[in-house]
This record gives sequence, structure tokens and C-alpha cells, in this order.
Amino acid sequence: MDRIPILRMGEFLLVTIQVDMHDRLALTLQDDLTSRISETSARGVLIDISSLETVDSFIGRMLGNIASMSRVMDAETVVVGMQPEVAITLVELGLSLPGVRTALNVERGMDLLRNSRRHGMEGRR
Amino acid sequence: MAVLKTELVPVDSEAHVVAVRQTVRAWAQELGFSLVDQTKIVTAASELARNTIKHGGGGKLTLEILNEGIRRGLRLIFEDTGPGIPDLSLAMKDGYTSGGGLGLGLGGSKRLVNDFHIESQVGLGTKVTIVRWK
Repeated sequence: MDRIPILRMGEFLLVTIQVDMHDRLALTLQDDLTSRISETSARGVLIDISSLETVDSFIGRMLGNIASMSRVMDAETVVVGMQPEVAITLVELGLSLPGVRTALNVERGMDLLRNSRRHGMEGRR
Repeated sequence: MAVLKTELVPVDSEAHVVAVRQTVRAWAQELGFSLVDQTKIVTAASELARNTIKHGGGGKLTLEILNEGIRRGLRLIFEDTGPGIPDLSLAMKDGYTSGGGLGLGLGGSKRLVNDFHIESQVGLGTKVTIVRWK
């Protein structure tokens, strides 16, 4: 069965979605990510959707689910690289991805994860 | 209004949603749609194809290239022979769902196209027609 690879980078997990996902593949990714967060004690998840040409309400819901699930597992999710035409379409569709943190590209997304990690640690002291 | 080209695509299983997106994308590109317009009609088609499978139990999509005066458009007709929708205005409402989704499929896809028409008869099925003009 097809799977989207999940890479580990230190305390973060990196997912690059490069294929037009069918619904089952999106659900598998959701399951795989939660298991990997648990296995690796990851503190952040970065999802790169720069190759995605379409994000419909199903994929949008999956992104929201991943963000919520990782949050309750104490990991932050950042979605990066959304194409401008995808952003326009999503908002007109009525989906503004509430609860999902976004960044323009991978670099800024990593910064966001590192910063929120740093602030989180300060808060705990 | 003339129909310049037409094609029939099955919409029976989940895998067909991806095929619908790819076929609609190819037709929108052929018509010279901008990237934003391509994305809008492909996304609307994706929502409607999923409805056809989940709520209609499968059906078909007819793609048509239209020519009206100097303008051209892409018409997509999704038809199923499923249970039909008893209350259309409720089904069109954002946030209303009978399938556990977000309830954005019908209302959302209407906002992504220029023309939107839905007919449904309980026990007979549902037909959704959308057009995006270039």
C-alpha cells in the first residue's frame, strides 16, 4: 500500500506531500503521523504542501485533524508552502484552516517550530 | 450554445476522485484557464465527485466544452442514482452535513464556479451541473 514518507529531523518530523492524495492515503498519513509522534516523542511536525495543486475540504479537514491530534500529544504542527491559487480557492470554498499554523516555506516553518519550542521550555521553568 | 467536446468519466470509487481531478485539470488547461481558475474548478469537481460516491453511491461525470458567442466554458455534470436529497436548501447550507464531513461540499463548490445548478429527487438521484467560463 502507498504511504507518504515521514522523515525525522531531531525532535521534529517532516512530511512532504508530493502526490495527489486519494482519501485513503490522507487517512493513512494521519494515522502514521500520530504513531510516529508517539514513537519518537517528536515536539513538532512540519507538513510541506508546496507540490499540492489542490486542497479540497477533505484534505483541509485532514490537515486540521493532524494539527489537533499532534497538539494533544504535545507536538506543534506547521503547514508550509501553500500555493497562492490553493490559498485563494480554500478561502472561497469556506475553509480557512482554523487551528492550523502555517508558514510560507520550510525555512520559516522550522523557525516557527524552534521558537515555539524555546518559548515552551521557558514557560516550563 | 454549442458543445464542442464531451467525455464521460465513471465516478464509482474513491480512486475515481483523483482521476476526476486529473481529467478536469487537463480540460481546464486545454481551455487556457488561469492557474487560479483551474484550481477552483478542479477543487469544486473534487468536492462533487466525493458527494457522488459518498451520498449518491456512485455515478458519472460528463465533461463538456461550451462555446457561447465569444466565450468558452467548461461544464461538469455529476449524476447519481442514489437516494436523492430531501431538503436541497438545507444541503446547500455551509456546515450542514449528513456524512460526517465539514459540510462545505455543495455550498463551497457553488462559490468556486460561475453557474451552479442542482436537481434532486428522493429515491431517484441527484444531478449537479457547474460551469466555469473563461
